Amino acid sequence: MIVAEQKSLEELKTLVSGAEKVVVVGCGTCVTVCFAGGAREAAIAASSLRMASKLEGNPQEVTDVTVQRQCEWEYLDQIAEQVKDADIVLSLGCGVGVQAIAEHFDQTWVVPGLNTKFLGLPTEQGVWAERCAACGDCVLGLTGGICPIARCSKSLLNGPCGGSEAGHCEINPEIPCAWQLIYDRLNSLGKLNVLLEFQPPKNWRTSRDGGPRKIVRQDLRLVMERE
Amino acid sequence: MTADEKSNGYLVGSNLERVLRAGHFAVTGELGPPQSADGEVIRKKAALLRGYVDAVNITDNQTAIVRMSSIGAGAILVQEGLEPVIQMTCRDRNRLAIQSDILGAYALGMRNLLCLSGDHQTFGNHPTAKNVFDIDSIQLLHLVTAMRDEKIFECGDAFKGQEPRFFTGAAAAPFADPIDFRPYRLAKKVNAGANFIQTQLVYDVPAFARYMEKVRSLGVHKQTYILAGVGPLKSPGMARYMKKDVPGILVPDELIERMEGAGAPWAGKKADELSKEEKKERSTAWKNEGIQICIELIQTLRQIEGVAGVHIMAIEWEEAVKPIVEGAGLYPRPVVEVEAAPL
Repeated sequence: MIVAEQKSLEELKTLVSGAEKVVVVGCGTCVTVCFAGGAREAAIAASSLRMASKLEGNPQEVTDVTVQRQCEWEYLDQIAEQVKDADIVLSLGCGVGVQAIAEHFDQTWVVPGLNTKFLGLPTEQGVWAERCAACGDCVLGLTGGICPIARCSKSLLNGPCGGSEAGHCEINPEIPCAWQLIYDRLNSLGKLNVLLEFQPPKNWRTSRDGGPRKIVRQDLRLVMERE
Repeated sequence: MTADEKSNGYLVGSNLERVLRAGHFAVTGELGPPQSADGEVIRKKAALLRGYVDAVNITDNQTAIVRMSSIGAGAILVQEGLEPVIQMTCRDRNRLAIQSDILGAYALGMRNLLCLSGDHQTFGNHPTAKNVFDIDSIQLLHLVTAMRDEKIFECGDAFKGQEPRFFTGAAAAPFADPIDFRPYRLAKKVNAGANFIQTQLVYDVPAFARYMEKVRSLGVHKQTYILAGVGPLKSPGMARYMKKDVPGILVPDELIERMEGAGAPWAGKKADELSKEEKKERSTAWKNEGIQICIELIQTLRQIEGVAGVHIMAIEWEEAVKPIVEGAGLYPRPVVEVEAAPL
């Protein structure tokens, strides 16, 4: 899932300052699951902003609404009235959600209420960790299902650097060394020979380095045209 | 004439390669460029190393702190008549910048290149920087070797004209984790083109001997020249710090005790209870012991089969190299003429 974190109340206040009417838009998908921008967080953010603006003597009208998925335009149609009525939309969606609102409502000033962090999963209660860097050319088949692009601090492809110690990465004892994990896993699967093969430089063109990415599925487009 | 005939059988013919090929026990040093544009600093440090080492590593923004570039400092070293080993990390450059720097370094007279991943930028003075890591150190070895031996760029395109001919090196961390994989990783680097290896600092000789045993069983010592990394300890505090906080360095308690013993006359006194002179005397006693330990390490490491030389890392203490090399019986350094070299 996409994992995000809410910005501080101070930053949210700055982002919506000057507006009389603010609508906080939550999202019911990834950011609900990671407790950053679901219906509950949207309601709390709206009431915090209302109270803060009141205390500062400039009361703002702050309401909230949550859609099932901010990243699909048909769900945004359902909140068109509230969005158009507001001076500022504070999106509690990920970066995709914020941009979907901007793209769908061309006269709306939309600001982000979250910092979108990474593609990851919850590893324990209240803890999320990165797993995928969306590089566009998956190498997990070479590494026993552990991603060195996302999880090695240097995205190395040919094994651990000299900074791997006692299972963790030299940059932070809280970060496991991806190559130690890969080594242990391949060892337990009897496949250490895979690590001896030279991996050539990666094609980063499939990653963000190749410019903004887009997928066109001709098969689906043809179906649409037939219909 | 082929490249081989022109170069008398040498890959490159650098002094480091000639010394190693002639079977001498090689000595390399290290020079950290300044955090300024002052070339005089390089010349002063070079003067301390001249004649005592076969080649000098120039670090590349070591510990991710901005310094004069390794190639810029290397050009000064070439002017001074010393042979640099240019360190090149993958942290700050993509494959385009790496290849253009390799071409430029060769044109400026540099002949040895050490391929490194590079310390992560979070350690340095620009922790908010974006890192590159377009390629890793093993891919870099492969790239430099292909430019030299096949005259091709990383993209596969052939190029005309002078190819950059580098005697290509790699680092090894014998004691980093996963420790069982380390000899195999060394083999991987040698297969990718490493002509020589410089290891992380060795203080625990028995542990290094066990590593070398595994390296020999893989036959790697016959395919490359392995230079064991050594460095003089400056104080017991430095020894304890390296043992505790630097990944991949083992410092036996016995050496820490020896360093403490050297400071025994001043033991039990806090820094503010010592006069300036006493502090200086204590520091000298520690440093002398550190140099002595380093000499003994070199003499022991030299006995290990497959160790072709030592790499002395005395960064910001280049004065120590002279007594270490002399004390270890490695002075004067051999002069190997290109013509006299074995084919």
